[in-house]
Amino acid sequence: MKKKVIAALLATAMCAGTLTGCGGGAAKSEGGAEQAAAEEGKVINIYSWNEEFRERLEAVYPEVEKTSDDGTVTTLKDGTEIHWIINPNQDGVYQQKLDEALLKQADAAADDKVDIFLSETDYVNKYTDADADVAMPLTDLGIDSEADLADQYSFTKTTASDQNGVQRGSTWQCCPGLLVYRRDIANDVFGTDDPEVVGEKVKDWDTIKATAEELKAKGYYTFSSYADTFRLYGNSIEESWVKPGETTLNVDQKIMDWVNDSKEWLDAGYLDKTVKGQWNDDWNKAMGSKSKVFAFLLPAWGIDFVLSKNWDGEAGSWAVTNPPQEYNWGGSYIHACTGTDNPEHVKDIILALTADKDNLLKISKDYADFTNTTSGMQEAAKDDANFSSEFLGGQNPFKYFAPVAENIQIAPLSAYDQGCVELIQNSFSDYFQGKVDYEKAKVNFETAIKERYPDITEIKWAE
Amino acid sequence: MKSKKEKQGQSIFAHIVLILLSFMCLFFFYILIVNATRSHADLQKGFSALPGKYFLENLKNVANDGTFPMFRGIINSVIVSGCSAALCTYFSSLTAYGLYAYDFKLKKVAFTFIMAILVMPTQVTAMGFLRLITNMGMYDSLLPLIIPSIASPAVFYFMYSYLQSSLPLSLVEAARIDGCGEFRIFNQIVLPIMKPAIAVQAIFTFVGSWNNYFVPALVIQSKNKMTVPVLIATLRGADYMNFDMAKIYMMITVAIVPIIIIYLLLSKYIIAGVTLGGVKE
Amino acid sequence: MKKKRKSISYAKWGYFFILPFFLCYFIFSLIPLADTIRYSFFEYYRSGIKEIGPNFVGMQNYFSLLDSDMIKYGINTLILWVIGFIPQIVIALLLAVWFTDIRMKIHCKQFFKVVIYLPNLIMASAFAMLFFTMFSSNGPVNSILMSLGIIHERIDFLGSVFGTRSLIGFMNFLMWFGNTTIMLMAAIMGISVDIFEASELDGCNSIKRFFYIILPLIRPILAYTLITAIIGGLQMFDVPQILTNGQGSPDRTSMTLIMFLNSHLKSKNYGMAGALSVYLFIVSGILCFIVYKMTNDNDPDGSKAAARKKARQERRRRK
Repeated sequence: MKKKVIAALLATAMCAGTLTGCGGGAAKSEGGAEQAAAEEGKVINIYSWNEEFRERLEAVYPEVEKTSDDGTVTTLKDGTEIHWIINPNQDGVYQQKLDEALLKQADAAADDKVDIFLSETDYVNKYTDADADVAMPLTDLGIDSEADLADQYSFTKTTASDQNGVQRGSTWQCCPGLLVYRRDIANDVFGTDDPEVVGEKVKDWDTIKATAEELKAKGYYTFSSYADTFRLYGNSIEESWVKPGETTLNVDQKIMDWVNDSKEWLDAGYLDKTVKGQWNDDWNKAMGSKSKVFAFLLPAWGIDFVLSKNWDGEAGSWAVTNPPQEYNWGGSYIHACTGTDNPEHVKDIILALTADKDNLLKISKDYADFTNTTSGMQEAAKDDANFSSEFLGGQNPFKYFAPVAENIQIAPLSAYDQGCVELIQNSFSDYFQGKVDYEKAKVNFETAIKERYPDITEIKWAE
Repeated sequence: MKSKKEKQGQSIFAHIVLILLSFMCLFFFYILIVNATRSHADLQKGFSALPGKYFLENLKNVANDGTFPMFRGIINSVIVSGCSAALCTYFSSLTAYGLYAYDFKLKKVAFTFIMAILVMPTQVTAMGFLRLITNMGMYDSLLPLIIPSIASPAVFYFMYSYLQSSLPLSLVEAARIDGCGEFRIFNQIVLPIMKPAIAVQAIFTFVGSWNNYFVPALVIQSKNKMTVPVLIATLRGADYMNFDMAKIYMMITVAIVPIIIIYLLLSKYIIAGVTLGGVKE
Repeated sequence: MKKKRKSISYAKWGYFFILPFFLCYFIFSLIPLADTIRYSFFEYYRSGIKEIGPNFVGMQNYFSLLDSDMIKYGINTLILWVIGFIPQIVIALLLAVWFTDIRMKIHCKQFFKVVIYLPNLIMASAFAMLFFTMFSSNGPVNSILMSLGIIHERIDFLGSVFGTRSLIGFMNFLMWFGNTTIMLMAAIMGISVDIFEASELDGCNSIKRFFYIILPLIRPILAYTLITAIIGGLQMFDVPQILTNGQGSPDRTSMTLIMFLNSHLKSKNYGMAGALSVYLFIVSGILCFIVYKMTNDNDPDGSKAAARKKARQERRRRK
């Protein structure tokens, strides 16, 4: 049933998108695009790993004329064609093909050059690196990140910047996360399910630990797995995993805190021992009505497309409140590729998708993204009529998302983040389950990370 | 008398073993099909042994998705796997026969060479392979998935072993006395004798090629050239809004149908091998 | 091979027949292979999207691999292979004999023949996904065992070394025993019916028939099975990779050599990957050479000795 609703929503959104497109609405971008068409290339190649970006572009970019049935070519009104080059993320195929194309960029014919490519927060820094210089600085496109992107959340701008602070990408979505909890368990343990009261009980790590003890006394787990809390710690590291130009990897104190706290929580029985990591059956089941898990830490997409799909009870059984620590989980960045032969179009697309408040609000409404517009999201937070959620019992989650997004302090990034985040969780999960001791887990991490990144020579642990 | 009883006991034992094994095999198959009949939401909630009601809907979702060329993918896979199986078995038999029936100077060298390369893991040469076919202008085409199957050392070795155990050279001699050309001897006398071996290797090559993901994922770029495993990977890479496990299971299920058909067709030849056995000597 | 007299006039046909194979191999495999070996002497990898190298480093890649846990992964691979292969070959031989024995009345033979091959049709990745679901802590296998009262606490199959290794072995067995059966069946069917009939007249029982007729006669195919199984074992990748999410957990005890290789390829470390492949190449070459020599011994007495030895092992295994 739910799926049908979403499908219908999608369909209407798509129609609406094309309609406004045909109406030739946004006047400001039109002139620019037409002028540029004369000297610009006829083909815009966009690299991505799924249809997400295409659907949003079709929905809000006014220059879109039509997309072919198989979704591989979108024609713009001036006749320029967007060629979508979609490769699956699985087994790293996307990055592999993108890397090959980027290495060949200089020799490629104009129409074969990569014009736009996308990246995810976990590896955005690999592409924004100033030495690699594959993602164009936005200023070179004529986008002033101070003026044009003033309404964006500052942490998204930091994320997409290189080591010198030059912004080389822009995003339409940002993914602040909240604490989502079961109302019935809250009522049972605390005597109320009021988000304000619950929020007070989970406001920081010390408080939530005391709360965990209360929950345990009644036979509930606070979170499902140790992986659930990782983003909160991982987002708040003080120094990047690897500093620019160095070959030493630093394991931040915050990461070691995660290791120690997770072990403590697991041994104390605050976490469900049978759930190992995320994205598996046990984790999905922990979101069901028979589960004893009180809360999850999820961003907007996690609530709408993971939690709600796993929940088999009545709608309105969950509620959101502030997390113990602000964090961000996910996000796709749009980059203009160095050497593009369509700079004007690229600029136009980036501005339309990441800097136009109306467009972003539309994406929020139609696709449930938390979008990259500070003022827009503040409006959404007050606009209960349009943004309240049935799944959350009529609560307007944007009210809680917006302040989190404003307070996110993004951790310093490095090109090594994806491997570090993945491997530290893998290596220590053996330790959490008591298969290896602490020192062995450290050694295993060192082995794994040196395999992934041969240029790492030394690993420094915080303690 | 005794042997009859023994036979009976053995037969019962055989049936028990077979039923147990079949149960295990079918069980996973059953789970796969059950999963294909459930909705994504049901699947997320965990396991169920009972089928759901979403079979047709899942099928429709997969088949009617304009951005997802399922039928095209199946056709591509059939072309690639079919041609690979045909080329691979024919040329492997030819090579095996060439090395088995003729004496020439480099025979030993050639045989040793093939045995040596038999053991090379494919993952290693993939990057070099990709560079090569890009330089040859065959990137994003089905050809590099088909042509290299002409040289498959493992199939050659199987054919060679089979010839050793079932082709008496006297038969070849006899044909020569009858005035048959060498090519004709191979095509009309040797090939029919090798039918069971060819059928077996054709199935294995077909299935192997059908399920191959690694190389096609590197070589194929355009949507209308993608093979089934690449399409399934694309489904799995769908964004969180369109992510649908039910579709993935459905696609896997649909993808199995053609190979079962091929298997049923070819397994007849394996059985036919019994009668062919009598022709020899 | 023994008859030399035909060698003079027909030699060119031999070259002609093997030409397509070698031509194709040289183009599509040897060139990339030469690349691989060449790079094994270089420091050559990607850091982010920057290429480092290639810088010539001599044998350094080979030495640093010896310093790593490569040997440990080799042993893992061996253990995993043995767990899967022994039941696979035993069951496959048994089934192949049953299916080809015309005196044995097996109902629905055709049905069984089709069914045993089915698991091989499912993509390894999909199969591993199913296994993962079945054997997770809250999965159906645990639920069934608990409701039957066999166990009282949920078993964490994938959390223990024994559990993970057995599951990988079991999956490999299930996926490949049908394949082996079919191969052996084809081999047995290649044996002339006359031989069986003659043996029957001589009062040969089925056990004798198996050890003295079938085994010696299908020896080439058996050798093939063994060699391809060794190669397949050395290249074991999909199943443990997906079942353990590429980590070889717990504590890297189910990490195979190719998984190790894959982790180097992930970083595009062509140098290290090349060196590792050369090691793999040498090891599997030696193994296959031994097997090939053992099974293709031309001395007829030797073959019978081997058959008898196998028979003894076989009997011991059955007990």
